[in-house]
Amino acid sequence: MFAVFRDLIRYNIEFAIGLVLVSIIVVFALLSFFSPVDPSLIYITIPDQPPSAQYWFGTNSRGQDMFWQLSTALRNSLSFGIIVAVISRVISLTVGLLSGYVGGWVDRALMFVNDIFVAVPIFPVLVLFYFVLRNDMNSFTLALIMACFGWPFDARLIRSVALGLKHREFTRHAVFAGMGTRKILLEEHLPYVMPIVFSTFMNNMLWSIGLEVTLAVLGFTNINNPTIGTVLYWANSHSAMVVGVWWWIVIPVILIVMTFLGLFLLAVSMNEYIDPRSRLRRMGA
Amino acid sequence: MNSYLWFVGKRTLQLLAVIFFGVSATFLVTHLSPISPVEAVLGRMTARSNSAPEAIIAMRAALTELYGVDEPILNQYFNFWLRLFRGDLGPSLLAFPTPAMVLVGRAMPWTVGLLTLATLITFVVGNFLGGLAGYYQNNRLLKAFGIVAIGIQPVPYYIVAFILLIIFGFLWPVLPISGGFAMNVIPGWNWPFISSILQHAILPAASLVLVGFGGWFLGMRALVSNVVTEDYVTYAELAGVEHSTIVNGYVIRNALVPQLTALAMALGGVFSGTVITEQVFNYPGLGSLLIDAVNAGDSTLVLAVSTVSVTAVALAIFIVDLLHPLLDPRVRAE
Repeated sequence: MFAVFRDLIRYNIEFAIGLVLVSIIVVFALLSFFSPVDPSLIYITIPDQPPSAQYWFGTNSRGQDMFWQLSTALRNSLSFGIIVAVISRVISLTVGLLSGYVGGWVDRALMFVNDIFVAVPIFPVLVLFYFVLRNDMNSFTLALIMACFGWPFDARLIRSVALGLKHREFTRHAVFAGMGTRKILLEEHLPYVMPIVFSTFMNNMLWSIGLEVTLAVLGFTNINNPTIGTVLYWANSHSAMVVGVWWWIVIPVILIVMTFLGLFLLAVSMNEYIDPRSRLRRMGA
Repeated sequence: MNSYLWFVGKRTLQLLAVIFFGVSATFLVTHLSPISPVEAVLGRMTARSNSAPEAIIAMRAALTELYGVDEPILNQYFNFWLRLFRGDLGPSLLAFPTPAMVLVGRAMPWTVGLLTLATLITFVVGNFLGGLAGYYQNNRLLKAFGIVAIGIQPVPYYIVAFILLIIFGFLWPVLPISGGFAMNVIPGWNWPFISSILQHAILPAASLVLVGFGGWFLGMRALVSNVVTEDYVTYAELAGVEHSTIVNGYVIRNALVPQLTALAMALGGVFSGTVITEQVFNYPGLGSLLIDAVNAGDSTLVLAVSTVSVTAVALAIFIVDLLHPLLDPRVRAE
């Protein structure tokens, strides 16, 4: 495991940059556990202070210290992404492995459902859910709904790998040794698709955090729960750019772009790592 | 040709199923919710006035009849389909009494236009440059494109649009940042109107292109760098076929087939992106309509926009899928 990491850092500049970016973001988000102020309170500092030695990221028009505000916001956004990614990974693994290995009508039925989910434009659907649930829409409900829409692409990917594994010698051995379907999928096939699960995990996080930001900026989530999206929502509703409180918008945008770039670079380099041909080319072999 | 017809038949069946399930799900979500549209509207209408209790009861009765919510859910469901086929989902609240479908019809051309324009530019330019980058792997400029693509591609539509809005709205205000055309031009086939439309489309289209470009570029580059290791490419090079002919005629064309499948799969996401971008730039399309409808608590209009979106995206994917075998000579030959 450590050797893999060392190789990745040494031969893959994208992985190194991604790792640095994500580390900065994660450390910053973890700082929120030591926050001296409650981020949900408003008007506890002087409003509209530009970044300074006392307030590193300035304060906003609601009298909040942006440093701690953003730290909590990032933590919430990241954990939201992780929840969606974990749930949707479970769904896509189940669907992908089952439909690849079992085949037949199970495969056809699952892929039929899959095609329906691929074709549905997610944003109008999420807005629809918000419209229906309104204030009952907390971030966990939203995460559940998004997870239900975030699996089809990856399920297809996993299925294609599982299709190949099905005809490999070791699968046949396992069947003859008397292993049941569940056992074969969990113990024999799952390790093969784990790299895909990891790289799609990051992509899924990107996707869900991006959608959450979008919904939050429009005010379609719980706006009192600090996330990167709701920070931007409040900034917009106070016309921060027009008033000249630029740090209220520019700093969260920089942070979110850093998060996205970091996660994306990790996903890309991991993808490349899975494909041995491109790995060899990079190492100059 | 027979196999193509078989394919079309199968695909049509799938299209109908997608539309059926999508529209049914939309209906179910809006109707199984604990929030009644009647009470929501009533709450909005009586919030800022002192209505007599009798008036409220009368309003509630009228609204219940208007929405037909007193009937059993199955009846409502059948009525919904009947009305959908007639293209009439009832009056909207946002612009009462304009039918919701008329509002959707007005917004539709803007979204379709923006989406088509942005997708065409992104797909063509991204794939062409990506193909070149995969073939000429040592070209500095194309490498730079790759870095830019990696830098912008993961950023969500909203943030890119927002950054463009800040740059062109506050720092360097040269382009219009809001609306579909300027207020002072007369809509029609005249040059000021058309140029105004084009000017207003630049920023929304640019943000869609910026985000979309990277995906096609990186995908095509990866595909082409696999294709160039094939024997037939080496053979063509040894035989002295010109590089440009190899790239355009043999390499990109072959790599384009999986990209077209990818286009069909990406359309749903691109549609969502368009809807989001429209909202940022206040573009008069389906996205802005949807947000306005939600803010106004207009369930008819929300249902109409969602239904039309699901159907339109399914149709677009269907069309792209039908084109696919025609571009792949292996399928044609059967």
